[in-house]
Amino acid sequence: MNILVCISVVPDTTTKISFTDNDTAFQTSGVQFILNPYDELALTRGLEIAEANGGKVTVVHVGLSDSEAVIRKALSMGAEAAIRINAAPTDAQQVASELAAIAGGYDLILTGRESIDYNGGLICGLLGAALNIPSINVVTRIDYINGTWSFDRDIDGGKESVSVQGPCVASAQKDLCEPRIPNMRGIMAARTKPLTVLEPKNNASGVTYTQFELPAPKQGVKLIDPSQAAELISLLKNEAKVL
Amino acid sequence: MSLVVFIEFADGVYKKSSLEALSMARSLAESTQQKVVAVQLNGPCDSQILGQHGAHKVLHNGSDLGAFAADSWGKALAQMCQETQAEVVIISNTYSGKSLAPRVAHELKADMASQVVSMPETSNGFRVKRSVFSGKAFAWVQLTSPIKVLALTPNSFPIQTWNESASLETTQVSASSTIQVESVQKVSGKIPLTEAEIVVSGGRGMKGPEHWGMIETLANQLGAATACSKPVSDMGWRPHSEHVGQTGITIKPNLYIAVGISGAIQHLAGVSSSKVIVAINKDPEAPFFKAADYGIVGDAFEVLPQLIEASK
Repeated sequence: MNILVCISVVPDTTTKISFTDNDTAFQTSGVQFILNPYDELALTRGLEIAEANGGKVTVVHVGLSDSEAVIRKALSMGAEAAIRINAAPTDAQQVASELAAIAGGYDLILTGRESIDYNGGLICGLLGAALNIPSINVVTRIDYINGTWSFDRDIDGGKESVSVQGPCVASAQKDLCEPRIPNMRGIMAARTKPLTVLEPKNNASGVTYTQFELPAPKQGVKLIDPSQAAELISLLKNEAKVL
Repeated sequence: MSLVVFIEFADGVYKKSSLEALSMARSLAESTQQKVVAVQLNGPCDSQILGQHGAHKVLHNGSDLGAFAADSWGKALAQMCQETQAEVVIISNTYSGKSLAPRVAHELKADMASQVVSMPETSNGFRVKRSVFSGKAFAWVQLTSPIKVLALTPNSFPIQTWNESASLETTQVSASSTIQVESVQKVSGKIPLTEAEIVVSGGRGMKGPEHWGMIETLANQLGAATACSKPVSDMGWRPHSEHVGQTGITIKPNLYIAVGISGAIQHLAGVSSSKVIVAINKDPEAPFFKAADYGIVGDAFEVLPQLIEASK
């Protein structure tokens, strides 16, 4: 069984977001970059399934060499091999087309539900469409039972269970598993695991980010005395007009 | 040439977010002189409702596609978009919409943007505003392909009505999926969090899951959905599906009431697009008060009963 996990590198969740060059680029200086939390879940569950069924997990990342520390982290969690496609990621469609070029032949492909920076949530569907295999978004359970993939996924207003025979791509949602923390042996082993660098094949272009902006700051909070809390309801009705 | 809106029909009704998308498409069409086509893939069709909300024409699929699956529905929708010579395809950024949109975009070789929060800017090229960094910022993106696919965040555009009717055309498009739906569990009688106009949310200050009755009562009375902070879902007090914030759901209601939530940067990311924010917290230094429009510095267990009484 061969499992491919697509990983992205994102700013740490505590990052204060700001922009440079007249708000046309994300300010990366002083920002700590991490393995996307949803990808961490995808990888952990992929490893668990591979270990239980005798399989191998490969991770793939589209990005430049500054991502290698994060790729090594994925290897230290237990992935056997890594592929880095040497292109700066600019858009989900560009990333998906590069991933599709190497993603054929795997039994299961996993991604995170979305990256926590650009929040596109598109890679799973784009990759499924490009490889002409089913895509199952936001899964909270993955099992491999008698040759069939079985998933629970979040849907609008509930959950559903689905099954798929044959290769498919799924995106990981929280609740899938607890993220695995690399141990010392894993960290040592990761140093010598293969990390293959491939040049981009498609050089597809998608959308272009032209301008960034921050939300307008709040005007200041209006405080209400806790003993007169009922007043809040009338303010929301008559002043804010949201009730 | 047309603007196609994918209409979600579920549990016997049209989704509010689909009517928002339709209203936005019509408002856009007024300046670009395009026709708005509402495409409905399942269920019975009411072209009158869709006409009132902006459709010039309704294209209804008369064949049964079976349960929702991104691959088969994506193929069917793409085919119907081609039939109507779609230039822009607008899909709601719901769970199903977001799984469908990239598959449609691939079929149509279209540029696409998800998490779109306002009407496209068409005076100079085609640009849309989308939320990024889990709500901490916005980005303008340029789409240049002949066909464009957008996933519009719910509550981004108000529902509007036109005193018009739409023409109805039925088509037969079939597609099959290898995804087998085994079972569906819907939470009945609850307002879906991503679409709710009012959200009441609880944090660690609620002290335990046994006190959630108060959050639910207030939410029921206000017609609101319930949500929670990350620690609350991590501790298992509430399901993860209610977790709003950077690693949970990003929401955009008209009113967000946060009870006993301090307002960590990751939580604020998920709710900062709310129109009006109310923070209720014992700690006057809680960061939420800096992000709120209204605040009560007080104990949740004293404040909530008063709010419940006042909103009866």
